[in-house]
Formats: sequence, structure tokens, C-alpha cells
Amino acid sequence: MVLSLFDQFISPALFGVPLMAIALVAPWLFLPAPGVRWLNNRLLALETSFIGRFTSQLFAPINKSGHKWALILASLMIYLISVNMLGLLPYTFTPTTQLSMNLGLAVPLWLATVLIGMRNQPTAALGHLLPEGTPGPLIPVLIIIETISLFIRPLALGVRLTANLTAGHLLMQLIATAAFVLLPMMPAVAIMTTLVLLLLTILEVAVAMIQAYVFVLLMSLYLQENV
Amino acid sequence: MSSVPIVEKRLMDVKLGELGTWIGGRDFTPNGIMHPFATVRSLVKANSKLQKLLYFCHIPLAHNRYYNKYINVKKGGIGGVAMMLVGYVALSYMWEFDHIKHDRWRKYH
Repeated sequence: MVLSLFDQFISPALFGVPLMAIALVAPWLFLPAPGVRWLNNRLLALETSFIGRFTSQLFAPINKSGHKWALILASLMIYLISVNMLGLLPYTFTPTTQLSMNLGLAVPLWLATVLIGMRNQPTAALGHLLPEGTPGPLIPVLIIIETISLFIRPLALGVRLTANLTAGHLLMQLIATAAFVLLPMMPAVAIMTTLVLLLLTILEVAVAMIQAYVFVLLMSLYLQENV
Repeated sequence: MSSVPIVEKRLMDVKLGELGTWIGGRDFTPNGIMHPFATVRSLVKANSKLQKLLYFCHIPLAHNRYYNKYINVKKGGIGGVAMMLVGYVALSYMWEFDHIKHDRWRKYH
């Protein structure tokens, strides 16, 4: 049995169903659809107010034709937040620790923004490759640099989300193991370690929400450039 | 005695010989007490194979019954969601047990 710190990121299967499948579908349980009532239940009231505020704030700087993306970006945000937060519960699996999933979310959406820009306003889209006010001799170099940065965007989006969540989970496991092992030997140090673990857990909750937000925000920025 | 079509009977009322017909003909739960399954209906195309499979597995049915009893109430508290979270944790533990059981008496983690 190979010992590895990354064992927590494997998705074990029971009766042929991988835990990843349940983890991917789990947010559905916690996000009910609004019913026919005028006044919905408290869970829905909280969720709809959050979604409404988030969507209006995200789409304020984007012009009208970009508002078609409201549904997909809002649902992406809700999904990422719920999946990240559910992954902080004990024994659960976090799908966003898998690079494959994050790249699968980032690359198609980024490519869609680029293609929309190239199709609808090719001059403006290509014009983004050269910042205003660049000195003459620097132009060729800067165009190459901006092209590289354009193509690195989906990789950065995916890897950012993966790395943040994986690192957080890994740190929690390490510090928890340390606290547990230290408890019989040096209880005082174990208590300090437990305090660090508590602070880290609070940080992880924040990171879970922030990373989802950053992902969607950057996507909306790429959209704003191109739409 | 008026005869009710087999597919519309509840499972308890279906006779053993009629079971095959009942399973094959099930579309959605015909029970009038249940609230409309707005969630699944909006997500899954009506009368598609996926909808039939989901209703056969009773997952949206179970979820809708739980949702309407504990969450979709006038003054629901944290209990409804908390019970679902605990259930999710328990489910994940069941899945992970085979992998985690090796950690019990391991010297180095």
C-alpha cells in the first residue's frame, strides 16, 4: 500500500460508482428551484438574493450583448462555490482539486470569449494585443508577449483553482496529522497546532469562496474585452 | 368494481404478475398528494430516458419529499439543510471506508 499525501484526492468507487460522481451532483440537492409561491422558503430567499446581487454586480461593466452570458456565469459561480464548500466537510470529495475538471471548465469558456471577439470585432480583438502608448521599438516584442499571455489564460484559470484547493486541503491534512501525533508527546504544542488548524480552516472557507469568485470574475473580464 | 389501469396503481396494490407491466409503464409518480417535481422537470427533458431512469431510482422523488417536509416550510431553520449535509458526509464516509480503513493502525501517515 503506497503511502502518499495525495491519497485524499483519489475518488474511490463503491459498487462501480465513483465518489466523484456523487460529489459532482451533490450541489443539486442544496439548490432547489423556485416554486410557484410568491414568498419562497428561507433557503431559496437567501440563495436568490445572493445570486441576484452577484449577477448584477458582475454584469454592471459589461455591455448589453454580453448579458447573454449571465446564466452560464451565474450558474458557474454557484456551482463552484457549492462544490468548494461541500469539499470542506469531512470525508467528502472536492471535484475542483482535479486539474481535468478545472481545465474542462476554463478552456471552453475562454475559447468562446476569444472566438466571439474574433468573429464580431476582429480589429478590436487583435488590438487588445498591443497596449496603448507603447513605444515604437517595443511593439513586436510586446505583441509576442501579449499573445503568449492570451494563450496562457485558460491554463492559469484552471491551475489557479486546482492549486489553491489542493494546497489548502493538503495543508489541513498535514497540520491535522501533526496535531494528532503531537498530542500524547507535547500537549501544549498540540494545542498550538490545533489553533493553527482552526485558523487555516477559516482561511480555507474564505479561499473556497474567493477562488470561485475570481474564476468567474476573470471570465467576465475576458468577455468584456471581446463582446 | 371499476378497474384501474395497472400503471397507475401504487406499488403496494400491484399484483406480482402485473409487476412487469407496471415497471415498463411508469412515467411519473401519479400520486396526487405529492407536490409537482418542479426541480427535476425543469432540468430533465420530459419523457426522456433520463427522466424515466431518475424516477425509477426514486432520487428526485425522495428529495422532493424531504425538501417539502423540512426546507420548503414557512419558518425553516438550519436543521433541514444540516441533516442533508450530515447525510452527505455519511454517504461519503461509506464510499471512502475501504480506502481509509488502512489508516487505522498505520505507523506513518
